[in-house]
Amino acid sequence: MNAATAIRNGWQKVFGTGARSERPPAIDTSHGPILYLEDITVSFDGFKALNALTLYIDAGELRCIIGPNGAGKTTMMDVITGKTRPDCGSAWFGQTTDLLAMTEPEIAQAGIGRKFQKPTVFEHHTVFQNLELAAAGEKSVWATLLKPLSATQRELVDSVLETIRLQDTRSMLAGALSHGQKQWLEIGMLLMQDPQLLLVDEPVAGMTPQEVERTAELLLSLAGKHSVVVVEHDMAFVRSIAKKVTVLHEGHVLAEGTIDEMQSHPRVVEVYLGE
Amino acid sequence: MRSNTLFSVLLGDRGTKIFFAVLLITTAIAPLLHLAMPEGSALHLSSYTMTLIGKYMTYALLAIAVDLVWGYCGILSLGHAAFFALGGYAMGMYLMRQIGPRGVYGHPVLPDFMVFLNWTELPWFWYGFDMFWFAALMVMFVPGVLAFAFGWLAFRSRVTGVYLSIITQALTYALMLAFFRNNMGFGGNNGLTDFKEILGFDMHSSATRIALFVASAVALALGYIACKYIAHSRAGRVIQAVRDAESRTRFIGYRVESYKLWIFAFSAVLAGIAGALYVPQVGIINPSEFQPINSIEIVIWVAVGGRGTLYGAVAGAVLVNYAKTYFTAAMPEFWLYALGAMFVFVTLFLPRGVVGLGDRFLKKPERVAEAVPA
Repeated sequence: MNAATAIRNGWQKVFGTGARSERPPAIDTSHGPILYLEDITVSFDGFKALNALTLYIDAGELRCIIGPNGAGKTTMMDVITGKTRPDCGSAWFGQTTDLLAMTEPEIAQAGIGRKFQKPTVFEHHTVFQNLELAAAGEKSVWATLLKPLSATQRELVDSVLETIRLQDTRSMLAGALSHGQKQWLEIGMLLMQDPQLLLVDEPVAGMTPQEVERTAELLLSLAGKHSVVVVEHDMAFVRSIAKKVTVLHEGHVLAEGTIDEMQSHPRVVEVYLGE
Repeated sequence: MRSNTLFSVLLGDRGTKIFFAVLLITTAIAPLLHLAMPEGSALHLSSYTMTLIGKYMTYALLAIAVDLVWGYCGILSLGHAAFFALGGYAMGMYLMRQIGPRGVYGHPVLPDFMVFLNWTELPWFWYGFDMFWFAALMVMFVPGVLAFAFGWLAFRSRVTGVYLSIITQALTYALMLAFFRNNMGFGGNNGLTDFKEILGFDMHSSATRIALFVASAVALALGYIACKYIAHSRAGRVIQAVRDAESRTRFIGYRVESYKLWIFAFSAVLAGIAGALYVPQVGIINPSEFQPINSIEIVIWVAVGGRGTLYGAVAGAVLVNYAKTYFTAAMPEFWLYALGAMFVFVTLFLPRGVVGLGDRFLKKPERVAEAVPA
């Protein structure tokens, strides 16, 4: 980097001005899968949280990942989002994007959104404002000070509100929403950034049966446009949404297939379902 | 759909409407009562009282500056009196140079205290202060640049919460010690005083006092409008998000440091302007304005009034200072106890301040979020 570029970058960092970062390059999914995890191993003090994990997620797919506690589900999410670095193996987003060479914000920018277990919305902002904050686009001080939300962004907010079915609460404070509604709002905030791959960690924990049902509809409606990976313990919920289920055990894939195949799979029954 | 024009934003909440109504009436009536009513009449407003109200207005401007960084952005600055004092010193330097050869020692250029110190030349940093436009620029520039440099170092290193509050206290304390030194060239512990004229007008005439009074009112109104605009822009919602969940805001892609930095610097500029209007009305600026306790008092004004509303800050500044004026005259030894008691009471029983109390009795809660966490 020459001096002029260095100064300009420094200036932009401090003053928050300058051209917005370009849209992330398109993710090449021409061979089918959008996510390639190959031979990923992560160990913590000798304990192998992931042990030569190999997993592929197809573009537009809705995949459920199940497994007993300590099977490595959360660690896998951490590796994909850049929070944890694997000891060996490779992780690619599409054909051309190497996730292991990127930082957390870069990965988020490239189009991988993650919803954490505990909902964290801005409780003192309205539902609309929460989505507005999360909208993709220029986020410098001057842009937000001088320009209101563009018409297309506004339309996107409306369409996301419709998707997550919170139109009626758009002017309500997010803090006044129910637990389930907060979860949906958070999914909505992810959608505002238009991610290609959504990682959803235990979306129905603590929800009422009606909320669980609506969450299932929501996630099903997202598949196709987005690739969705759901980690969940609730087997009834998994059964209601999953076409394809991956069972993790001791840091690697034990079996993969439909939920019925999994429930009759002898090894799976032994380690997990037979409990 | 919420319209976002400035006008609708300003008239959007009741507190703001009341604020502008009171400000307008005060600004119109006070000079009238001062000039038109004969002295001795019950309706006559003494120049002391009018200057006092003018002083409260500059305090109110200082309070909304603090409310913007604390109430909206969650940065608890305990050093805003430093920016206020720096603005005041810049104005004081202009007023000193206006004295010209009419000082006690009659030196054509040097202010009295420099002659007293046997200085023969004007220090370089006093150049330009004989021109009003230059001084006016410095009133904003000096606090703004200091806040920017300070904020850059602090926010980039992710200093937050109580640690940031402590270093802002250190900042104002360091400046106080520096300004107490005679060698600094700002008049030492006597500060700058004995002003004669501003822009060629006699500082002690009624007309000048009224002009300063009106200028303070206008500055307060414009400062309020600017803060209101920022608070209701998208940037305003980002800074409130920073206040409530800083790391989450960073996670969705905002450069939290830039937002804090700009808001802090802007607020310092407002504080500087307030200081510059304060000094000609009280007639003196000295290093005691940098005292750490002063900055803490400003935060108490805002807390008493109710933070995160702007008009609450104005109400708090006026209420607390009126109480201060009363107490320090009637029973001076009790003032600090009263101040402390007020702060404890408000923190325990009125987390949203006096205006929060008003809202509770008068109306259902606001539909759109502006409240701060209780």
